[in-house]
Amino acid sequence: MADRIALKVARYRPEQDSEVTFQEYEVPCRKEWVVLDGLNYIKDYVDGTLSYRWSCRMGICGSCGMTVNGEPKLTCATFLTDYGAGPVRIEPLRNFPILRDLVVEIGDFLRKLTRVKPWIVRQDEKPLADGEYLQTPQELDEYKQFSMCINCMLCYAACPIYGLDPKFIGPAAIALAQRYNLDSRDEGARERHAVLSEHQGIWGCTFVGECTKVCPKNVDPAGAIQRYKLSTAVEALQSFFLPWGGR
Amino acid sequence: MTPHHDVVLVGGGGAGLRAAIAIAETNPRLSIAVVSKVYPMRSHTVSAEGGAAGVTRSDDSIDEHAYDTISGGDWLCDQDAVEAFVREAPQELLRLEHWGCPWSREPDGRIAVRPFGGMKKMRTWFAADKTGFHMLHTLFQTSLKYTSVVRYDEWFVTKLLVDDGRVQGVVAIELMSGKVEAITACAVILCTGGCGRVFPFTTNANIKNGDGMALAYRAGAPLKDMEFVQYHPTGLPFTGILITEAARSEGGYLINKDGYRYLQDYNLGKPDPKPVLRSMELGPRDRISQAFVKEVEKGRTTDTPYGPVVHLDLRHLGKHVINTKLPFVRELCLKYQNIDPIKELIPVRPVVHYMMGGVHTDINGATPLAGLYAAGEVACVSINGANRLGSNSLPELLVFGARAGRAAAEFASGERQPSAVVMAQAKDEELRLGNEFLHKSGGRDRIAVIRDEMQKTMEESASIYRSGDALSRGVDRLSDLQQRFLTVKIDDSSRTFNTERIAALELSFMLDVAEAIVNSALRRQESRGAHQRTDFPGRDDERYLSHSLVDRRSDGTCRVEYLPVTITRWPPAERVYGR
Repeated sequence: MADRIALKVARYRPEQDSEVTFQEYEVPCRKEWVVLDGLNYIKDYVDGTLSYRWSCRMGICGSCGMTVNGEPKLTCATFLTDYGAGPVRIEPLRNFPILRDLVVEIGDFLRKLTRVKPWIVRQDEKPLADGEYLQTPQELDEYKQFSMCINCMLCYAACPIYGLDPKFIGPAAIALAQRYNLDSRDEGARERHAVLSEHQGIWGCTFVGECTKVCPKNVDPAGAIQRYKLSTAVEALQSFFLPWGGR
Repeated sequence: MTPHHDVVLVGGGGAGLRAAIAIAETNPRLSIAVVSKVYPMRSHTVSAEGGAAGVTRSDDSIDEHAYDTISGGDWLCDQDAVEAFVREAPQELLRLEHWGCPWSREPDGRIAVRPFGGMKKMRTWFAADKTGFHMLHTLFQTSLKYTSVVRYDEWFVTKLLVDDGRVQGVVAIELMSGKVEAITACAVILCTGGCGRVFPFTTNANIKNGDGMALAYRAGAPLKDMEFVQYHPTGLPFTGILITEAARSEGGYLINKDGYRYLQDYNLGKPDPKPVLRSMELGPRDRISQAFVKEVEKGRTTDTPYGPVVHLDLRHLGKHVINTKLPFVRELCLKYQNIDPIKELIPVRPVVHYMMGGVHTDINGATPLAGLYAAGEVACVSINGANRLGSNSLPELLVFGARAGRAAAEFASGERQPSAVVMAQAKDEELRLGNEFLHKSGGRDRIAVIRDEMQKTMEESASIYRSGDALSRGVDRLSDLQQRFLTVKIDDSSRTFNTERIAALELSFMLDVAEAIVNSALRRQESRGAHQRTDFPGRDDERYLSHSLVDRRSDGTCRVEYLPVTITRWPPAERVYGR
């Protein structure tokens, strides 16, 4: 194992640069070091002008997604030694506007997330005094996987549909809508339907599945999308054959 | 035009979001701003793992939860606050259930609970071992439905605006543009969490820099019990990533290099194959971390490049328990340590985890400074006393987030306009942020150099065992570092997403907080809970059954005073574990 490794880091400072350039830095390559440790080394001891986001360094806050050698990755969970002798090419996540260096603008996702109503919707709220809504472990398992989304945006960076059509509501927002649709306490599926089924919505997704491949938390957004399409199709058929109400 | 809100929340983690929802529900007409230096779902609440305590079973009682908390805190908790806390914790956790939190369940669909350290009954609610993650996302997603909540995502607060004895807003930098703006308010709630990053080895995220503590301290609100720093007994070496206490509550053993369950030598009970409540591995964190240091002194730990370690043994729990109850522990071990806890021992060592101390507040989150509130880890009410019990911090941020929200909503309901004086203060602050950080040339030490030295100083002077000599050296070194910070070297003079300027401001906050910690620790000449003085080994209720309050004199030095602890029904007694 070499004791140094080269990082080729994308730089873009809108106040002075008209386009993205690459700057090469050499950093120590230690067995325990992740790509983020390499960036922190640069920031702390070589070049304080490099900007990127990070926080928990344990793969749960979702801040440090970047493109590493062409793939969307959480840099806190991607080891330098996995890249042999280097160099390692580090770029911002694709499909988002670049604010600076490795920092992208994700406001679009936040607005889309709000549109799918990611909260429990009910006709009648049970008073707290009546205790919890019972939910068996099997009922919990129905949506649990989709509740594991850390909003890291790797799926949006990998999604070919979102890359072409930024109006596509996108993998994580759909997975989180399904997280509530499939929750036994929720009655909001109908309200979410309008957003999910609009033309840029769920029907825009093909069976590509790139989102599921890059998800660091095994959320399987592609599965959420296909499952939603199926349930919507079945519901449409039922209302066609059973117009008096088939549910 | 200067944005104005009825209430400004600084920080968008668990406490901030709970407070925001409480305000929105108390008075839908109030305008609420959540100003956070990260997107709220990135907040450090996300990293909490093990669970949230709230009495729920018929064999349990809120008095027992109160007693466990008070004895766990070595009698430094304010008992009126603890009584309110244990009473309201179950309903707060239930409210989160109604909002969709995916709590783990019993086969019949009821909420499941697990044992936890220092708790005599099973009362810790959990969402596998990602409890904080699920609580934070539930709160964040639920908050999105309240249109009165306005978010300032990635805005960094640099100063509280104070005039006429009351807080009237904040000054903040918008990271995206670099613009500096005053956001005025009738009330401000600090919800910025802890300050683990003042130490070199911590479970805390990079964003945990004591921002809110320093903001309050600089504005004249005192900090309380800052000498009480919690070391969690089980962090992964090198990264400091937390291995949750739930690993022990599910039955994990702590063993030394001889494979011996060493806690039996430290007055924590006798080893039993099954977990026993308030015993051995389910003792309180302070005592277990102290036992580690004694094991190091006895030469019974294993040396690694990242310091001595003991081992956490989960192998006997089996694959099913580990995969269903502790999946994140397994994921973290596989990913960061290349170890599978189903088959292998996990190397662990104590790691700085939590601040018992913080901004001095009353039972409603109000500080002595009018219009300023604080809740969550940034605050010290105090329910945690000299040592917090595991799984009390998550319900704390709910109970006191909600209380602070309601109190601030009430305070903010009167019409008040910001004064001309605070607008002038905001202008001065904008100039300072430009002159000291953007238009600065020269400079000597890099930010990281000063930060590294501060962290080393804290480890050498204010770790698990402390002495007057080491603390005095710490005080001197920190004041030297404060001087060196004045000529800190800044590479980045741009405005757009300038993270170096933020890092410098964070370091400046941390230096103030570090000084508050060592000064408070130096003055407390006794050993209590997480504050252990080798030169004063006993607890001294005669002199120190009281909270330390530190504030800053006009010359910048710390003044430490004391405030008696509120005792209601549980007079000070011996802490007994394992018998």
